[in-house]
Amino acid sequence: MAANDVILAIRDLTVRFSGIVALDGVEFDVERGKIVGLIGPNGAGKTTLFNCLSRLYTPERGQILFEGHSLLTFPRHKIAKLGISRTFQNLALFPTMTVLENVMLGAHSRTKTGFFRHALRLPPVAKEERFIRDVAMESITLLGLEHLADHLASGLPYGTLKRIEFARALAGAPKLLLLDEPAGGLNHEEVFQLASLIQQVRERLKLTILLVEHHMNMVMQISDKVVVLDFGRKIAEGRPSEVQRDPEVIRAYLGDRI
Amino acid sequence: MQLPASAKEIDTRTTGLRATRPAAASHARLWKLVGLILTLIVAYLLPLGLSNYQAFEFTQVFIYAIALLGLNILIGFNGQFSLGHGAFYALGAYTTAIMTTRWDIPYGWTIIVAGVLCLIAGFLFGLPALRFEGLYLALATFALALSTPQILKYFDNWTGGSQGIVLDKPSVPLGLPINADQYLYYLTLTVLLLLFLLAWNLLRGRVGRAMMAIRDNPIAAEAMGVNNALYKSLTFGVSAMYTGIAGSLGALAVAFVAPDTFNAFLSINFLVGSVVGGIASIIGALFGAAFIEFVPIYAQEISRAAPWAIFGVVLILFMYVMPTGVAGLLHRVLERLTRRPSKESSADNVVATSPAPADPGASSPARAASGKHE
Ligand SMILES: Nc1ncnc2c1ncn2[C@@H]1O[C@H](COP(=O)(O)OP(=O)(O)OP(=O)(O)O)[C@@H](O)[C@H]1O
Ligand SMILES: [Mg+2]
Repeated sequence: MAANDVILAIRDLTVRFSGIVALDGVEFDVERGKIVGLIGPNGAGKTTLFNCLSRLYTPERGQILFEGHSLLTFPRHKIAKLGISRTFQNLALFPTMTVLENVMLGAHSRTKTGFFRHALRLPPVAKEERFIRDVAMESITLLGLEHLADHLASGLPYGTLKRIEFARALAGAPKLLLLDEPAGGLNHEEVFQLASLIQQVRERLKLTILLVEHHMNMVMQISDKVVVLDFGRKIAEGRPSEVQRDPEVIRAYLGDRI
Repeated sequence: MQLPASAKEIDTRTTGLRATRPAAASHARLWKLVGLILTLIVAYLLPLGLSNYQAFEFTQVFIYAIALLGLNILIGFNGQFSLGHGAFYALGAYTTAIMTTRWDIPYGWTIIVAGVLCLIAGFLFGLPALRFEGLYLALATFALALSTPQILKYFDNWTGGSQGIVLDKPSVPLGLPINADQYLYYLTLTVLLLLFLLAWNLLRGRVGRAMMAIRDNPIAAEAMGVNNALYKSLTFGVSAMYTGIAGSLGALAVAFVAPDTFNAFLSINFLVGSVVGGIASIIGALFGAAFIEFVPIYAQEISRAAPWAIFGVVLILFMYVMPTGVAGLLHRVLERLTRRPSKESSADNVVATSPAPADPGASSPARAASGKHE
């Protein structure tokens, strides 16, 4: 793997919502195999950036290059197949379906039998179903959710629901994983476990991870690089140790108090 | 949350899980299988002990069940509303009426043509319908239902105008020792079984999961790679196909079609049957069909003056006792009998735990998905 193998390049990304500029000329690279932390105060534009990558929002200006292809030429439903999976800050599970079924949806983009073949249950269907189930079980096991496989993906603790989303994202065998505040709802001990899980998953599955998280210790501990947003602008980028000392970053975070 | 040391460990954990489950699950499956076989035997022997009129009533139940299954696939499994399925029922009915009377085409072929036509019509209707969600879609489809009788009358050189078209009842083939009503019973029952099997296949795998995912959370579904627009239009097409085939069979059974039988009330009746039976359920369509066939008849017997008042009371009672439909109740009873601790993953089970969200388009998870901002 080349030292400078860029999997995701963001250029001049600008998003405006009636009046406010949610992203303002943001530029940075994500190198393959790295964990990149994306931080910033509330409303800085982190989730907006994820939503651009998922094609939920179309930027007013700028480019997003994933493995050299412009993401902006793909419709929403093609993103997963390209190799980008995500979790959602405020959860987007399928609440009337079981945990297993939720995670099986994660493998949807890796399979292709359609209406006709399913209605007639033609041979490829059984094979694909087995594949989907195996992939999902593996992912569920990885996240320690086996005992909940047949439970509905609702009425469970927030942290558990977050883990189900994590498992579902992994079932898509992504190259790039977008985690939007995965530590939400976890206690101190669990945050520590999650951090090591993310690192292990990266190692094991050869993933690249873009991590949005307010848990500063965790971000600084596991990120290879940190990008800091404030009011839609990138105000810093670099190794965790550098970013932590950056005066502008300190001002952004402590602004009101100085 | 520690990773297992090796893939092998994953395997043992997985199989360990599977080993703890089957006792209860296979028990339930056995119950279901026995129930199914017994029902089938009864269903195929039943007409021998029925009067012609009773056989006709059951034929009508089967026909409605096919139509309702189409509606269930759309509303219950995909979260799209329709108050206009009477239009597809009419399209299927007139396809058969026109083809058999004008061109002498064997009725068997016309059933297939009716299905294909409605599949295409439903798909095409589903495309613009993508712009509407929830109640707006309900209204758009209701407009379709309202205009159906007028449209039928307008094309009177094809449809025979308000006079309608009289069909020949299918004659009994191969010299079978049954009468025409019994034959229709067997014909519709067989078509019903075939279509129920296809629906079950469709709903229990990747396609069915994607349909339900769209219902539960369209934004998440799309993020998983589901082509929402295509799935929703195709689901609309499949749904219309079921209802159209029902219409075709209905024309054969009644041997008559006329515009005013396909009014908006028919569409509403379908929705009633769908909800009473259990909206996110395959088998529920049968119960719903029995409801809309028999309850009005009994209501008429109880009170000639106000049958619909009685129908209304029975309907409210049903919804009160079985808020998730007959299928929902049945599912819970079966679950209690076999004492399963948690839900098993199958299309039919969704019904007991949660009916389709009332307003799938605007459900809050969709908004949650795009961040916290409304
Ligand atoms: N769909 C939208 N419509 C209008 N404004 C929006 C929309 N999405 C985001 N915004 C606004 O854009 C800005 C950036 O929001 P965003 O959710 O990206 O922030 P964030 O960095 O994820 O914050 P947090 O840490 O609180 O999750 C905010 O001011 C937000 O109100
Ligand atoms: Mg956010």
